[in-house]
Amino acid sequence: MQFTLKVWRQKSQSSKGAIETYHLSDISEDMSFLEMFDVLNDKLIRDKKDPIAFDHDCREGICGMCSMFINGEAHGPGRNVTTCQLHMRSFKDGDTIYVEPWRSSAFPIVKDLTVDRSAFDRIIQSGGYVSVNTSGATQDANAIPIPKEDADSAFDAATCIGCGACVATCKNSSAMLFVSAKVSQLSLLPQGQTEANNRVQRMVNQMDAEGFGNCTNTGACEVECPKGISLTNIARMNREFMKSSVG
Amino acid sequence: MNTFKQPNWLDPAPFLEGVERINTLNSRIPTGPLEQKWEKHKGEIKLVNPANKRLIDIIIVGSGLAGSSAAASLAEMGYNVKVFCFQDSPRRAHSIAAQGGINAAKNYQNDGDSTYRLFYDTVKGGDYRSREANVYRLAEVSGSIIDQCVAQGVPFAREYGGLLDNRSFGGVQVSRTFYAKGQTGQQLLLGAYSALSRQISKGKIELLNRHEMMDVVVIDGKARGIIARNLVTGEIQRHGAHAVVLCTGGYGNVFYLSTNAMGSNSSAAWKAHKRGAYFGNPNFVQIHPTCIPVSGHYQSKLTLMSESLRNDGRIWVPKNLDDAQAIRNGELSPNDLEENQRDYYLERRYPAFGNLVPRDVASRAAKERCDEGYGVNKTGQAVFLDFASAIERYGKTEASTRNLKSPTKSQIIELGKAVVKSKYGNLFDMYQQITADNPYETPMKIYPAIHYSMGGIWVDYNLMTTIPGLYAAGEANFSDHGANRLGASALMQGLADGYFVLPYTIGDYLADEIRTGQISTDTIEFEQAENQVKATLDKLINTNGDIPVDDFHRRLGLIMWEYCGMSRNEKGLKKAIILIKKLRDEFYSNLYVPGDVNDFNPELEKAYRVADFLELGELMCIDALNRKESCGGHFREESQTDEGEALRDDDNYTYVSAWEYRGDPSDPKLHKELLKYDNIEVKQRSYK
Ligand SMILES: Cc1cc2nc3c(=O)[nH]c(=O)nc-3n(C[C@H](O)[C@H](O)[C@H](O)COP(=O)(O)OP(=O)(O)OC[C@H]3O[C@@H](n4cnc5c(N)ncnc54)[C@H](O)[C@@H]3O)c2cc1C
Ligand code: SF4
Ligand code: FES
Repeated sequence: MQFTLKVWRQKSQSSKGAIETYHLSDISEDMSFLEMFDVLNDKLIRDKKDPIAFDHDCREGICGMCSMFINGEAHGPGRNVTTCQLHMRSFKDGDTIYVEPWRSSAFPIVKDLTVDRSAFDRIIQSGGYVSVNTSGATQDANAIPIPKEDADSAFDAATCIGCGACVATCKNSSAMLFVSAKVSQLSLLPQGQTEANNRVQRMVNQMDAEGFGNCTNTGACEVECPKGISLTNIARMNREFMKSSVG
Repeated sequence: MNTFKQPNWLDPAPFLEGVERINTLNSRIPTGPLEQKWEKHKGEIKLVNPANKRLIDIIIVGSGLAGSSAAASLAEMGYNVKVFCFQDSPRRAHSIAAQGGINAAKNYQNDGDSTYRLFYDTVKGGDYRSREANVYRLAEVSGSIIDQCVAQGVPFAREYGGLLDNRSFGGVQVSRTFYAKGQTGQQLLLGAYSALSRQISKGKIELLNRHEMMDVVVIDGKARGIIARNLVTGEIQRHGAHAVVLCTGGYGNVFYLSTNAMGSNSSAAWKAHKRGAYFGNPNFVQIHPTCIPVSGHYQSKLTLMSESLRNDGRIWVPKNLDDAQAIRNGELSPNDLEENQRDYYLERRYPAFGNLVPRDVASRAAKERCDEGYGVNKTGQAVFLDFASAIERYGKTEASTRNLKSPTKSQIIELGKAVVKSKYGNLFDMYQQITADNPYETPMKIYPAIHYSMGGIWVDYNLMTTIPGLYAAGEANFSDHGANRLGASALMQGLADGYFVLPYTIGDYLADEIRTGQISTDTIEFEQAENQVKATLDKLINTNGDIPVDDFHRRLGLIMWEYCGMSRNEKGLKKAIILIKKLRDEFYSNLYVPGDVNDFNPELEKAYRVADFLELGELMCIDALNRKESCGGHFREESQTDEGEALRDDDNYTYVSAWEYRGDPSDPKLHKELLKYDNIEVKQRSYK
């Protein structure tokens, strides 16, 4: 297969970026999108040019590191996939493909397609945990049975990989889907109840402080989320937030 | 019947030419009966009082299960902790990718599990090459791990009654594996990451993400800090501490293609090795039987299909060579073959364990069939993993629980598919995404791939390396898994080390450090280490040849896979050593690294790591050459039974190889930790 790639190049956070054009041939349809980038970078390096910086690690859709905005969609076409799991067979021979970084003032660009998502870590640090020490002085794991449905829903929310596609997709750069996934996971389980009010308040405050925008319920995040995190989490978080403000 | 002969300690193994014979390693195993060692040791260990903990700084390199759990625990205890990881967030450490589950001897299923049985299975699974006392401790604390994780809000799979569910993994006959669908590692790591985050918010942990440890600094024989590189700015930094803990994961990527993440590397361990930490059993790597086969030369990594699938999937190849050929040519579909035209070779060869034999056994059996010409994909390097019977079996049960009267075949299949989806949905999706094949309809194609390193930095019972003050935990140490790790035991070990072992044992060393005061980085040792790092980086970037680093890495991988992979022999290993040296020479003369040292430069990061792989690879071959027996993942063709099973040589090799670096990667010195089994009868493993 052959492709024309239009890729955002930006040397550093402070420098100005621009789209550059590359042509690639001999691409196999079984290649992943990132393997196609490997081929491109190999070519650039052999031509003594600067390869394109992009984040990636696990290449199996779970670390949340890869982050490309492809043809106007976070992680490209197809639902429930990350960039590393996207394969070239999802494109047509001869296609022109635009690749840009996540865009959000809360995710500054490091270089080319690499952005800084540490704002997400700071939101978790503000309260995305159960305050239990690791001393081993906990009760037996089966002492509190948890209804399977609750455990399963908590699990579904907990599968968020922290990739930031939701933010990149949202026209307001809202982080509501990400934050609500963690709030939901913990609010669905008995373990986290005592700190529930504090948690949601602190996480929402931190989210605002990081400069993420407001949620206006467009639902774009849910469509682009590679893990299918559902909008019902946002509704649940709103309820938790109301409850905590009242109580 | 094989009976155990007491090894003859007085007549050590025949060694490589030029290697000295010494048995000087002290693993500091506490005295007393096995079941009491850990409690006794904890009671006798020196303690650091809370006020003094505030005076002590600890560096943790790595934020996977081992690193995050250790950091959180040590910070809770009051130590000042710095955590380093090269990813943009600690939550992205490679532990996140673990799929199938975590073992614990809870005996919730009431199927006869116990601490002893988990201990026994692990020692046997490791082919009698692990340390009894460590493995027993691991089994002993395993239950607390599950309690801890549940308390943190880790959403493990549950049964309808609300209690925790279990599944079975290879090499055992009980159900002791706790899981969260196919994302157990993710859920456990997010639990540890939340504990880590909590301590960061309290100011007890300083997080340095996108920072890479470049070297350990040793002063007067003790680890006193590290040199790190800020990967965004390229800045080289000095960090002092009273103890350094390496939780930097495994080195499977020495093979280039593996199930590890792209960034997984051996550099931290290797740099420690070069500073004096012995490297234990480097050749012991695990080849996982069920991975998606290689599809092309551009391939950047291999994807694991969790071992949990062997609970329900049956592995087979066609019985006739002609059918195999027809399948390879695309003229025949596996579904066209009748039961009697299929060879369920694991069930045939190992009736007692069937598809659930340990990984090394399953991998070799797949290779054997493919080498004989029965492979089922274009390259001839794949076997089938088939869910048809599981789908039918689950469908029938489901139909009867739902009281369906005389359900049709297609109803049963639909119900069965739904059950399989609920168990393995994400793995099936992943498979389909990568291969464009639907595993609900046709069997998966799988082949073994490099997955885990049992070898690693040698540590004593306290997890301390041969450099005082330097510790290693998780996959980075030579670990408790001997020559072969059982499924779902790496997560257990990582969290055991971090939550329950290291927080105690490190006190034994740190108790003597309370009067040391802050470690100054303004010393000659720090300066020298920093200069050395800078010189290495300059050398890499100034080589100015023509070949990108990936090219070297890929070639190293091919050498390792060919000669130090699933089966090894003397001739091949000797050849590999020569090839690796040549490749290393070429690397330093013809490498091209673009960009700048003082910049965000992923190619430079890779080059720094591949330089170390090019040395570690040689040590692995030297180690494999020395060990003339077959054991666990290490299959020496010269040492097999008439039936082609691995043949151990307990008389000569019941020891851990611990290699000392002495200035030249080709000239390491072997130290032996002799292993003694007082609580378990040593036998040739049999899964028949
Ligand atoms: C695909 C896959 C599936 C698996 N499934 C299972 C399973 O189901 N059950 C099971 O028990 N085991 C499983 N394993 C094995 C298990 O996941 C690992 O052995 C374990 O998670 C390793 O944890 P760790 O904390 O030792 O290292 P890792 O999680 O690999 O963490 C390494 C850390 O070190 C950091 N690091 C490394 N080098 C440096 C450096 N120089 N400077 C700074 N930081 C550095 C990294 O940033 C990272 O934070 C699986 C492994 C793979 C690859
Ligand atoms: S909610 Fe979805 S899109 Fe947002 S960070 Fe989590 S996984 Fe990514
Ligand atoms: S590289 Fe890990 S999710 Fe894509």
